[in-house]
Amino acid sequence: MYLIDCPHCGPRAQLEFTYERTMDSIAPAGADPQEAMRVLYSRANPMGADDEVWRHTYGCRAWLVLTRNRMTHSIDAVRAVGPETLA
Amino acid sequence: MSAGPSRISPGGETVTFTFDAVTYCARAGDTLAAALLANGVGLVARSFKYHRPRGIMAAGIEEPNALVTVGEGGRAEPNTRATDLFVYEGMVAKSQNAWPSLSLDLGAALGLASPALPAGFYYKTFFGPAKRWMRYEWLIRRAAGLGNAPTLPDPDKFAQRAAFCDVLVVGAGPAGIKAALEAAESGAQVMLVEQDAVLGGSLHRDPDPECDAAWIAASAARIAALGGRILLRTTASGYWDHNFLTLTQRLAEPGAVPAHGFAQQLWHLRAGRVVLATGVIERPIPFTNNDRPGVMLAGAVRTYVRRYGVLPGRRVVIAANNDDAYRTAAALIEAGAEVLAILDSRSSSTADAPDGVPVLYDARPTHVSGTAHRLSRVTALVREREQSWTADLLAVSGGFVPVAHLHMQAGGKLDWNEAAQAFVPGVTHQNCVTIGAAADPVPATPAAPAGHPKKSFVDFQNDVSLADIDLAWQEGYRSVEHLKRYTTLGMATDQGKTSNMVALSRLAERGHVSVPQAGLTTFRPPFTPVTMGLFAGAGARNAAAHERRLALYDLHEARGPVWQPLGYWFRPRAYTLGSETLAEAALREARGVRTSVGLTDVSTLAKFEVSGPDAAALLEIVCATTVSKLAAGRGRYTFMLREDGMVFDDGTVWRLAEDRYLLTSSTGGADRMASHLSFVRNVLRPELRVSVVNVQEHHAGIAFAGPKASTLLAGLIGEAPPRHMSLARAVIAGVPVLLLAASYSGERAFEIYAEATQAQPVWRALAAAAEAEGGAPYGMDAMELLRIEKGHVVVGGEVDGRTTPRDLGLDKMLNKAGGFIGANGLQRPALSEPGRIELVGLEALGGEIAEGAMLIGAGGGAPQGHVTAAGRRVIEGGAIALAHLAGGHARRGEELTAASPTRGITTRVRVVAPHFYDPAGERYRD
Repeated sequence: MYLIDCPHCGPRAQLEFTYERTMDSIAPAGADPQEAMRVLYSRANPMGADDEVWRHTYGCRAWLVLTRNRMTHSIDAVRAVGPETLA
Repeated sequence: MSAGPSRISPGGETVTFTFDAVTYCARAGDTLAAALLANGVGLVARSFKYHRPRGIMAAGIEEPNALVTVGEGGRAEPNTRATDLFVYEGMVAKSQNAWPSLSLDLGAALGLASPALPAGFYYKTFFGPAKRWMRYEWLIRRAAGLGNAPTLPDPDKFAQRAAFCDVLVVGAGPAGIKAALEAAESGAQVMLVEQDAVLGGSLHRDPDPECDAAWIAASAARIAALGGRILLRTTASGYWDHNFLTLTQRLAEPGAVPAHGFAQQLWHLRAGRVVLATGVIERPIPFTNNDRPGVMLAGAVRTYVRRYGVLPGRRVVIAANNDDAYRTAAALIEAGAEVLAILDSRSSSTADAPDGVPVLYDARPTHVSGTAHRLSRVTALVREREQSWTADLLAVSGGFVPVAHLHMQAGGKLDWNEAAQAFVPGVTHQNCVTIGAAADPVPATPAAPAGHPKKSFVDFQNDVSLADIDLAWQEGYRSVEHLKRYTTLGMATDQGKTSNMVALSRLAERGHVSVPQAGLTTFRPPFTPVTMGLFAGAGARNAAAHERRLALYDLHEARGPVWQPLGYWFRPRAYTLGSETLAEAALREARGVRTSVGLTDVSTLAKFEVSGPDAAALLEIVCATTVSKLAAGRGRYTFMLREDGMVFDDGTVWRLAEDRYLLTSSTGGADRMASHLSFVRNVLRPELRVSVVNVQEHHAGIAFAGPKASTLLAGLIGEAPPRHMSLARAVIAGVPVLLLAASYSGERAFEIYAEATQAQPVWRALAAAAEAEGGAPYGMDAMELLRIEKGHVVVGGEVDGRTTPRDLGLDKMLNKAGGFIGANGLQRPALSEPGRIELVGLEALGGEIAEGAMLIGAGGGAPQGHVTAAGRRVIEGGAIALAHLAGGHARRGEELTAASPTRGITTRVRVVAPHFYDPAGERYRD
């Protein structure tokens, strides 16, 4: 079980979190339909680090982007996303 | 001197137990295996497939043969290793897989037919005619097997807890104790876990003057004094990501009544660093009848002699390929046994044999013989010449296998150690290290087996012999993973702890490759079997899912309804009166709605308040229908799509004010919708100025429906109620309410929302008004009848994740401007091709329609769809249904067969439009 360092709550066990999807499966708003479907179904699945959307569902409920290594399962970065993190 | 196992010096027995209904005495601290040997019991089990007599082979958790069922009733624990079970007063243990008894086992007759059960025989039975297979299957299932699972509920409780430590040490042998002590002295928070009931590990078979009992006790005391925690009878059974381990702790021995009600405890442990001092498992040697009682691992012999004071035999031959087994000769002689010979398969050794014990080099056992209970003769090839001994014990050692299971579970690699002929822990990316014998096993030299392959067993628990491995090889199974599945080698409760390396060596020999080239199967958790109740923990007996009660629960309960679970909620299914059946009550309630008025609790619907300048913009992303054109005070039906264009939920959207909306959606999808809205708002469109608040439980909701609903409501609120799909605020029984004029039933109807804590007077007032006019509350079954007749879809029924808006006949409502989630997915060409599964209505041409029935065309053939919901015309009677049918929209008027073999109902039906009642929607309007 992963130990995920929530930016709001600190390190917490994976069972407090839910996985949503990979970042690369999200097409930008206004993408053309064919491109949007390609993005949805053709994922890079890299043999290494990838960005994933998770949520601290059973904690602060924040949406997070984890940079997770698919080979070693190490989590190299965690950042919160939402209106409050907009530049 | 009598042959067979016995106690070295008698006396000291204080505990009594039974094995197969015979009462025996044991010393405190004995395992069941030690106690049985002390009592001269050699035969303890029958093997899985051939029912061969089996005895005790090991002294630890690797034991493949001596499996027993211990305890009685719901507390019975099958497949418990006699070597991992400490005897307690009154313990009841039974042998398994033998009938009528271990000694007189009729299943043993199967052993004579063993040529008919070679490797893969089970798969080969698939090739015959199906009827014959059914007969094999019955026979195989009866004859083969381990213990039986108890049929009664487990009376014991299982605890779960979480913990942290800086350093976890697994295994409390000399290396583990030293490591734990060192870590504790350095200031680390230490946990030391040991699956045995005592600390010391190998010290109990191989005493070390520097690590004697006093040293063990002093070390343990020091670790504890420094704040460390030592857990006995605790197995690190799973090693997961990020140094997370699951520990299974026995608080009572298997089958025993736990002192505080808790039988076991599961630890969820996060460790900074993990030290694996897990030791080794000794390899058996294959030769003819090497599975007989009286053949025992050499290290286990030392353990029985030195730890338990039990002599597994009096006239002993030792067969080995390493120096370690020589120590067994010394232990046996100390205890007064006679060691007839050490058969060393190597051509020389520098190991010291005790005085007077002949050492024979180039010597390999070929076979043993004896009764089901006792060994009597050992035969070996010594420099290629046969030689025999009259002996009651053969101690064997084929080398040592590091217990690298946890290391591998952690994602670590294994390295091949040529000198030890074993895989040892290699690199790992987790903060974990292996120390002691597991990191540095005793050297051993491989030797070719000298017995008959058919009776030379490799996997004792699954009755896999060298011949079975050879057969699998001949039949083309080259990969070790295939070999495992084909022969069942390494499966079942011991997961090949004693057999994997012997099998790999054989595979490598066959393929003329090195052992590491032959490969290795993956070790997966748990290390040793875990009782299922431990995973459930406090979640057993339904405690895992909470139960939610409606705000109006008391009022419903007073009417004695039949309750229906719906997600976490319980809703009234029907309010049965007198001797009414559920179906009768539902029909009466539904008729009440059609002819007069009824009321029902709709509080569980998902509800969200969406507000802010961009509220409409957010809703137009989530909803596939137009929202922004909705005037304040108005509402409409809506549905939501996944990105692939499939409908996943539906509901209504209401414009409460210029920048404020109320969105309702299905009860069952409430959590999913909450998460979806949050994802869209925070991840997809963080720039929107909008707030989404989940108000599901803030409001209690009551639907008030029927031709008399409008008039009655007007009487209660003192003004004309809102028109269909409009909203109004009012006061009922002194409570402020929100009135949404929407109809699910097909009648003029209102959803009336009040703050949950104040809703009871509202229900009472509505119920009294309804009952004065012959109306009544209705439950979910009546609601189902009403919505089927009206052709409204239900999430989880007609909306099953495979249907598009067009399939459901909803495409005219789609937002033409696009921009909603799913708009891109809907443009995929296959979603507009003819022949898709489409929503239709069905009318029975007589009889009932079964829910789930398959729809078969006039010419027979494959099913073309299925019945999603079966109902009846509420007033006129007659069975109707909603269904998914391939190309259904174009098939109105066609006759089909709705067949449900499982319910035994087959009906002729006609395809019609999915609107059986008031298709023009005239009854909604005043």
